[in-house]
Amino acid sequence: MNRRVLEEKIFKTLMLASVFIVMGSLVIIIGLVIFNGGSSLTIEMFTQTSSGGYYLGRGGGILNAILGSLFLALPATALACLIGLGIALYLQKEFTHPKVSGFIRLSLDILWGIPSIVYGIFCLMIMVFIGIGTSLLAGIIALTLLEIPIITRYMDESIKMVPIELKEGAYSLGSTKFETAVKVVRRQALPGIIAGVLLGLGRGIGDAASILFTAGFSDRIPESLFDSTAALPTMIYHLYASPYPLVRQRAYAAAFILVVIVLSISIVSRALSKRYTKYVIP
Amino acid sequence: MNKRKLRDFIGTKLMLIATVFVSLLFFVIFLILLYKSMFILETQSISELLLSSLWNPEKGEFGLYPIIMGTIVVTGISLLIAVPISLLSAVYISEYAPGKIRRVIRPFLDVLAGVPSVVYGLCAFLFLVPLVKDVIAPWFGIESTGLCVLTASVTLSVMVFPIIISLCVESFSAIPIELKEASLSVGATKWETVKKVIFRASAPSIISAILLGFGRAFGETIAVNMVVGGIPRIPSSLLHPGQTLASLIASAYGEMMSVPLYESALMLVALILFVVVLLFNVLGVVVLRRAKRRWGY
Repeated sequence: MNRRVLEEKIFKTLMLASVFIVMGSLVIIIGLVIFNGGSSLTIEMFTQTSSGGYYLGRGGGILNAILGSLFLALPATALACLIGLGIALYLQKEFTHPKVSGFIRLSLDILWGIPSIVYGIFCLMIMVFIGIGTSLLAGIIALTLLEIPIITRYMDESIKMVPIELKEGAYSLGSTKFETAVKVVRRQALPGIIAGVLLGLGRGIGDAASILFTAGFSDRIPESLFDSTAALPTMIYHLYASPYPLVRQRAYAAAFILVVIVLSISIVSRALSKRYTKYVIP
Repeated sequence: MNKRKLRDFIGTKLMLIATVFVSLLFFVIFLILLYKSMFILETQSISELLLSSLWNPEKGEFGLYPIIMGTIVVTGISLLIAVPISLLSAVYISEYAPGKIRRVIRPFLDVLAGVPSVVYGLCAFLFLVPLVKDVIAPWFGIESTGLCVLTASVTLSVMVFPIIISLCVESFSAIPIELKEASLSVGATKWETVKKVIFRASAPSIISAILLGFGRAFGETIAVNMVVGGIPRIPSSLLHPGQTLASLIASAYGEMMSVPLYESALMLVALILFVVVLLFNVLGVVVLRRAKRRWGY
């Protein structure tokens, strides 16, 4: 056999092996989550809060963590969306000089790359400064900061693609820059915007490092913005190595629910993007 | 001024405020971290902190050297594992796989990318840790708890796969088909075409994909924290526990308020993370620009 053909064969085998490794690790992850989480799921997990000391406590469910996660991630995503949309629209040519917007885009990319633990510890400093303890509010702020760069860059990329003719059409009819941005550009860029928002939501709901110090941990459902709260990721982080199997099961169940949430977000994102693409003028 | 003009004015100004806020955020984070780490920099010199290997917060010794080494080793090994596997998978997906398989694999990659890091950590703890403890370590004749540098690196490499693969597949598919056809028509095998045409034409994207993967691995906190062992000593082998910068912050949070200077030392660690991410991003932009000029088509 020719040396070149042999090389081709060798590399093809290596490629198949690599794909096998990648897919295998996914199968292992999903398998572990379903196997451990599925067997720990009971009705009580959804209907009861954890009881009696989070690390050693027995019994109870993870309702406080499920609600805590939603209370943290939904407002954070909404805030990040508002701020992100403003920035993304403002970065376009009509508002900002390309040199300035290039610089802001670079700084957003850097913010995207900053480890979430740095956001966590930064927010902790702010909290100490203004004198609030671990709370829902602080967690929301940390997650908002974490999500802003992701959502903004996604929106920005899809808004950049809006054809200039469409905007000129709106301007020629006498609409202002702001009206064009909000009514024409937003609609045209909607599929990309939705994808970005849901990506940010998925990232926010799954992130533990940024809320570890800011949202804290508690057994109860938070009643005000200033209560500490548990969330699914922090629950997994705190409980996975507990000596009690019953407590560990709470971590597995939390992992299962978290993965289900993240997966449904990605499915919804695909479906919505497809749906709103219908209204986009090609 | 009429109502529409007023709305235009207010809307534009609000957008400006949001933009200024985020542009400032970048500097505010940097300055606050710098300000907070000044306390420790006043008592000890930066070289002393970075090069001393004694980490004893209770005694006021904050040598970061073992932790920096741990970070370099863990990140380095994870990229050594992840880069070849991801590149080969990306080539397979974009060039070799039949359309049907390609359509199936892409959503799976998205799923892998979306799994939260704490779930990666949990799965590594449930699967890799016993594997390393009971199978791999005895094989080399070393006692290990399974919580070690190797476990952390493998976990990180799995987290980096989807990032590098999806960016590479995207850029491989964007290469004009004429380029590949030209290579195939002069008798190159498929792999030769990949090696000499595709890798070169998409070199800038490959570089930026690897840099992104580096950023993810370097800053990952929770998953590493769960499996690395958390001991701030230079690991004597891959099967010994170590510590990384990001993971240190998460572990030390509980105790840091009780020891003076400890908080400041952790701020310095956060500052190092920030600066490294900053440098690599800027480096990425510069390298990308040069690479595009060199390998552009």
